[in-house]
Amino acid sequence: MMIKLQAKDIVFSYNSSPILNNVNFDIPPSKLVSIVGPNGSGKSTLIKCIDRILAPQSGSILIDRKEVTKMKRMDVARNIAYVPQNSLRIFPNNVVDTVLMGRRPHLGWLSSDDDEEKVWEVLRMLGIEDLGMSNFNELSGGQQQKALLARALVQEADVLLLDEPTSNLDIWHQLDVMNIIRNLVNKKVITALMAVHDLNLASRYSDRMIMMKKGKIVAAGEPSYVLTPENIKSVYNVEAAVRRQSETPYIIPLKQVAMGRKG
Amino acid sequence: MATEVRRRSSRTGKLSATQEAYKKFIFRKTAFMSTILLLIILLTGVIITLGPLDITVTEAYCALLNKIFSNCFTVDDLAEQVIWNIRFPRIIGGVMAGFGFGVCGCVMQAVLKNPLASPFTLGISSGAQFGIALAAVLGVSVIGGPYLLIGNAFVFALLCSGFIIALATIKGATSETMILAGIAVNYLFTALSQLFKYFASDEQLRLMTSWGMGDLAAFTWERFPVILTVFVICVPLLMLKAWDLNIMTAGDETAKSIGVDANNVRTFIMVISSLLVATVVCFTGTIGFIGLVAPHMARMIIGGDHRFLIPASGILGAFVLISADAIGMNIIAPTIIPTGIMTSLIGVPFFIYLILKGKRREFWT
Ligand SMILES: Nc1ncnc2c1ncn2[C@@H]1O[C@H](COP(=O)(O)OP(=O)(O)OP(=O)(O)O)[C@@H](O)[C@H]1O
Ligand SMILES: [Mg+2]
Repeated sequence: MMIKLQAKDIVFSYNSSPILNNVNFDIPPSKLVSIVGPNGSGKSTLIKCIDRILAPQSGSILIDRKEVTKMKRMDVARNIAYVPQNSLRIFPNNVVDTVLMGRRPHLGWLSSDDDEEKVWEVLRMLGIEDLGMSNFNELSGGQQQKALLARALVQEADVLLLDEPTSNLDIWHQLDVMNIIRNLVNKKVITALMAVHDLNLASRYSDRMIMMKKGKIVAAGEPSYVLTPENIKSVYNVEAAVRRQSETPYIIPLKQVAMGRKG
Repeated sequence: MATEVRRRSSRTGKLSATQEAYKKFIFRKTAFMSTILLLIILLTGVIITLGPLDITVTEAYCALLNKIFSNCFTVDDLAEQVIWNIRFPRIIGGVMAGFGFGVCGCVMQAVLKNPLASPFTLGISSGAQFGIALAAVLGVSVIGGPYLLIGNAFVFALLCSGFIIALATIKGATSETMILAGIAVNYLFTALSQLFKYFASDEQLRLMTSWGMGDLAAFTWERFPVILTVFVICVPLLMLKAWDLNIMTAGDETAKSIGVDANNVRTFIMVISSLLVATVVCFTGTIGFIGLVAPHMARMIIGGDHRFLIPASGILGAFVLISADAIGMNIIAPTIIPTGIMTSLIGVPFFIYLILKGKRREFWT
């Protein structure tokens, strides 16, 4: 089996307490994989480790069998693009210039017409071309999220990491963004790894799901294998019913199970 | 041209409204910078005419062109002397100082991600001031004449920023650490300078004070090659990082994910800009306000793209500085108000006006 992205025994801690505990997975090319898990389970941390924003204490990450930790940062950027969970910006920039930043790994000091055309193309694809001249800081949360996605897409890396790309989007735009990502995956343009809270959205669009709890992978596989009442109960402390809608499982949360708040 | 044609025909054939707006925006930025440059050239001619000896604008330009095209115009000898040796050097000094402070303020605000950062954030000015105090009290005339002052200012200015850069590099170089350390060092060296002042004689005191106010009178042609060399090396190095600076304003994590090593860029920018500022400061004294404000003015007008913002901050800094200095020299002539004081007296109200006039809440947008 071909492997696009592989994580081997990743251990990471910010200070003393471990956040990621021997995380292992591999992702075949042109698949959409979702990471789910409760708040603080280490989804964002894992994604940052893969993109080498954080350096794991041990373990390795391979992309096309090449060790990411040994690559130059610019080469990593050519292979992996990242859509952050949130973005803080101190100084103003319009949307075009913000998105144009994503071309950095491919350009010299001048941006060519082709780079700019690429930016406009992606903005058009995401339906935010008319926001091009707006100040990024003055966009709504959902519009910002789309602009950040646009920046990652113009990077033209074949692995796309997304940290809750739909958290600020209304249902129309959630479907819009997920369809775009799904389409790129289907056309074999990218392999996507996405942290997400909406289990139903994950189930509907992903090829595989990875369920995490406290820095460990609890279950991984096809959505119907991962999304079981037992898994949801043990990971989220929520009792849920699982139904099926045109082959994909979807869940209905029923009630909380008393959480063991011991430590 | 060929690519242009191909690109247009491959699409719907014409640019969308937003694309047009973006093109216009780029044109506006270039137009703005050219205008200010032109204004600086015009202003140079006008400023030269101000002063006790009557000189016309034409004479001013002719005298300057004579130096380039070896005497193709006839200008009164005395006038030419005055222009070339007294009035023009002061303007050149002002342009270079303003440009240097503006550029450094701009890049430092970007890498420190803080709109309050200025070339003096790293304690550069207080370091230089302390160097002067040390030299003044230890006796300028005894050792090496006026160059002891400059040398001392330079060494201590660099020492301060060097210390902070080293500290931040070892501790991981976050921008917050650097600003905090800079402010702390500022207090330390200010206290040390005041200690020296406390024990200084009247003569030494006068020397320290006049330097601290920032004065372009100190600029002469002998100093020009040194400053020019530093500029020619440092400014292009800073410009080369324009893209990375754009990206760094989006935060270190984003920068890393786009392939820019934020810590390296920050250290690089701080080293280069400290060198630039220290050079300017030790020749002209502290004219700190320009470095804080010129980038903000530029940002209000042309937006946040550092490929344009860096030169625009410099040009705007130069423009404000020589305008203020011209007023300071002539408003209560023959008494000359020191450049640093005049820049703040004129620049601050103007800047407040810009803040109040702007509709946005964040004043630097
Ligand atoms: N910069 C940091 N320094 C120290 N600890 C951190 C830092 N960032 C995150 N953590 C801790 O690491 C753990 C995992 O955080 P992470 O952001 O990876 O969770 P997450 O799964 O993405 O959560 P969420 O669903 O809320 O986004 C949390 O317990 C958090 O407190
Ligand atoms: Mg998260």
